[in-house]
Amino acid sequence: MNNPLVTVKSVSKIYRRDSLEIPVLNNIHLQVPEGEFLALMGPSGSGKTTLLNLIAGLDRPSGGEINVGGIRIDSLKEKELARWRARNVGFVFQFYNLLPVLSAFENVELPLLLTGLSRKERADHVRFALKVVGLEDRMHHLPRQLSGGQEQRVAIARALVTDPKIILADEPTGDLDKVSAEEIMTLLSRLNLEYKKTIVMVTHDPRAAEKARVRRYLDKGELV
Amino acid sequence: MWVLRLIAKNAARHKLRTLLTVLGLAVAIVAFGVITTALNAWNTQIELIPPDRLVTRHAVSYTFSLPISYKDRIEQVPGVERVAYANWFGGLYQNDPKNFFANYAIGPENGIELYPEFVVPEDQKRAYYEDRTGCIAGQKIVDKFGWKIGDVIRLTGQIYPGDWDFTLRGIYRGAEVGTDETSLIFHWKYLDERIGQMYPGWSGQAGWFVVKIADPSASAAVCAAIDDLFRNSSAQTLTETEKAFTIGFISGLDAIIVMLKVISYLILGVIFLVLANTMLMSARERINEYTLLKTLGFGSFRVAGLIVGESLIIAALGGTIGILLTFPAADALGRAMSTFITVMAVKSGTLIMAMVFALLVGILSAVVPTIRALRISIVEGLRHIG
Amino acid sequence: MKIPLKYSIRNLLARRLTTAFTVFGITLVVFVFAGVLMLSQGLKQTLVSSGSPENAVVIRAGSGSEMQSFVSREQAAVIRSLPDIALDSDGQPLVTGELVIILNKDRRTTAKMANVTVRGVGARSFALRPNVKIIEGRNFEPGKTEMIAGRKAAEFFKGCGPGEKFDFGNTQWTVVGLFQAEGSAFETELWGDVDMVMPAAGRQVYSSMLFRMKQPETFEIMRDRIKADPRMTVDVKREKQYYAEQTQSTSTFIEALGLTVTIIFSLGAIIGAMITMYGAVANRTREIATMRALGFLRRNILAVFLIEAIVISAVGGIIGLAGASFLQLMTISTMNWDTFSEITFNFRLSPGIAIGTMLFALSMGILGGFLPAVRAARIKIVEALRAE
Repeated sequence: MNNPLVTVKSVSKIYRRDSLEIPVLNNIHLQVPEGEFLALMGPSGSGKTTLLNLIAGLDRPSGGEINVGGIRIDSLKEKELARWRARNVGFVFQFYNLLPVLSAFENVELPLLLTGLSRKERADHVRFALKVVGLEDRMHHLPRQLSGGQEQRVAIARALVTDPKIILADEPTGDLDKVSAEEIMTLLSRLNLEYKKTIVMVTHDPRAAEKARVRRYLDKGELV
Repeated sequence: MWVLRLIAKNAARHKLRTLLTVLGLAVAIVAFGVITTALNAWNTQIELIPPDRLVTRHAVSYTFSLPISYKDRIEQVPGVERVAYANWFGGLYQNDPKNFFANYAIGPENGIELYPEFVVPEDQKRAYYEDRTGCIAGQKIVDKFGWKIGDVIRLTGQIYPGDWDFTLRGIYRGAEVGTDETSLIFHWKYLDERIGQMYPGWSGQAGWFVVKIADPSASAAVCAAIDDLFRNSSAQTLTETEKAFTIGFISGLDAIIVMLKVISYLILGVIFLVLANTMLMSARERINEYTLLKTLGFGSFRVAGLIVGESLIIAALGGTIGILLTFPAADALGRAMSTFITVMAVKSGTLIMAMVFALLVGILSAVVPTIRALRISIVEGLRHIG
Repeated sequence: MKIPLKYSIRNLLARRLTTAFTVFGITLVVFVFAGVLMLSQGLKQTLVSSGSPENAVVIRAGSGSEMQSFVSREQAAVIRSLPDIALDSDGQPLVTGELVIILNKDRRTTAKMANVTVRGVGARSFALRPNVKIIEGRNFEPGKTEMIAGRKAAEFFKGCGPGEKFDFGNTQWTVVGLFQAEGSAFETELWGDVDMVMPAAGRQVYSSMLFRMKQPETFEIMRDRIKADPRMTVDVKREKQYYAEQTQSTSTFIEALGLTVTIIFSLGAIIGAMITMYGAVANRTREIATMRALGFLRRNILAVFLIEAIVISAVGGIIGLAGASFLQLMTISTMNWDTFSEITFNFRLSPGIAIGTMLFALSMGILGGFLPAVRAARIKIVEALRAE
């Protein structure tokens, strides 16, 4: 594989609660090439979300190295990590996590506020992202005025809008009905095939996993 | 009684918020208690004035004095037992206005007998009678300045010029809680003699006469009789009960008193807003709980009871802590304001009022959340879950 | 500000009632705070405008005010012959003796008694106090038992209006005119001919002397010289400073009591704001974590919540201040502790008080919002995203 986008080497993660140590990930080795669509699967408690969080730079490994796009993110300081995330990662969460008081447009615009773009430039990017997910006509709606599937599409637009190196999705269809779930997975497929976005997705839904190109399994903190 | 446990558990779930609410209430109750106590301070003094004392003063203005010769004539009036006279001295201790306390010249020597509420040990009284330049001071100012019997106390005259030295011969205590213990009295004769030397023609003047009557119910008649005596003299008199006189004197501060009352109502407003806010937030979180209870068959009454109950408990807690803290707060303010307010005794009436208001606020604060909880339909409520 | 202001504003509006309650709590405290300061300011203002910087007041040494003072005839004669006195257009020294006494009069509104200041003035008193002007009726005639009333005195006390009569010193006096004095303390006084007031009051000497200084700049030197004279046991003060001192006790009392109480119950409002903000943080835990995940920093989050608290207190402050400004329509009449006489004054809002009040309001917001904002900033991203 030439120049994988993500390299995870000997990574482990231990949570400390009071005086207890809970090992969640153990000696993980993983490489994700650019343009890949990877699904991480496994029973609940297997550590898949934890691994996703580590790749996303939302958490630090207890041991090992994580390299994304040539940068050792495990050695970045908190502020640098925040800045790195803003530029390089797009998130999609199970519960959409849109800000309730902001419109679809404003929610998608949020990550762009961390860049130096002008108002007009930001608006252009937002409109484009919303067009990709097919929600241009609802851009001034508030989240409570959208269906679950529509909310998730706005969330995907938000994940896209900074043109990140990698899109990370944690159970993106977990809260959706069958039809909406299907729509979302089709959309993610399109992003991967048409727009060449690298996607790592955590899911326990086999139908969602089908749309991915590679599937890896985690059990009790280890890749199997 | 599991209702109580449910309420307690709810309150405990958000320890910080409950704690802050109780604290907020307590603080506001303290402010309320302190103001009410300050307002009462003046009233208390008035209530403790014996009803069998009259004050005779110059009809035109109590800043004018009366001839000392009036004493004998007043004593002749039927119903009058004894007469004493006094001049406001208004001296400053250590020439510092911050050390202000009331000081008077009283005559005759045993004039203090007309003030049974000032309790002085017999031996000290005797020493005072025998010392021309002796004085008697109240326990509170004796403590404040660290005086001992035998000390020489120097007052700088503000009205009667010069430095005046008095020897402390006696210390008086108030017969009841709330009686003033911050005054100093000395012999009128001493004042009169010295004034006579400095400004001849200025002596023989009394600021006012204190008249003890045999029968308090006859006070109006005696007042009229005394004033009749001097109707055609150059210095006419106005006689009224000491209570009425003091009330009239203090009424000058009416505006300030009104202002304090307004502030205390606004404080109650703040108390309400704090508690109502907490109850709103608390009820908003528990919408699903309440609807669940309703689906289980709990009547609206019970659900309302939960909300009101929680509100009352918080109010009661805040009120109790506030009441306990009012004592030290009133004490501190009393010491800081000793110039204007001589007694800051927290009355039980104040505490009861504070608690009642706290509980009233407790009930009022539960109104909006209760209405919201009851109005929400079951379907909508269940939608809030998950 | 990375995170837009509209996010904060809309969140405040989303919980309308809670925000309103918190705002009104601040409003009440601000109202009282501003009110107390305005009251004290109004009192000071009244007496400040009561004195001219060019006049000097002579009272007996050690007396706190004119009420307790008297100037003997000999001392009065010495003062009249002082070289420091400016001359008027007729070449006469601008100096006068005045007698100040207190009469008890009933108030018009509450039928309770008040101590009203009566000032026996000399011929030159009007020249020395050019801000005193007759606005109704006429001035009193020397030698007659007539008085003119300051407009506040006429308004508040029975028997002090134009045309009204009252008894004093075995004679009847008529109020023949009304005067205004630019809001100063004189407006609560009754003025009459000092030579008529003296016998009525049974006094033989003035309570004070007043004169215009030739050289106001050298006041201290003149004062020390006069006091060093062994014939004189007097205090000499600039008229302005004399009146400023007259409000000491009362304005201290108002400020001390008022501010103490206000600060105590401002704690209640601060706690109210804290409760609201903690609630807001608790409600938006997931949002906060999301924003952090997107790359916003801890300090961006802190700023959001601090700003929300500040907006609440700023709005509360503005409304409270606006309400307090209406107090300026009220006139207060009360006993001045220093002189035992009645004084009327208004609430007075100054730019300084307005600024100070807003700062007080904002600081309540900052104090109340700080800890909750810190809590918001310290939210752990992964835990908060995981929580339901």
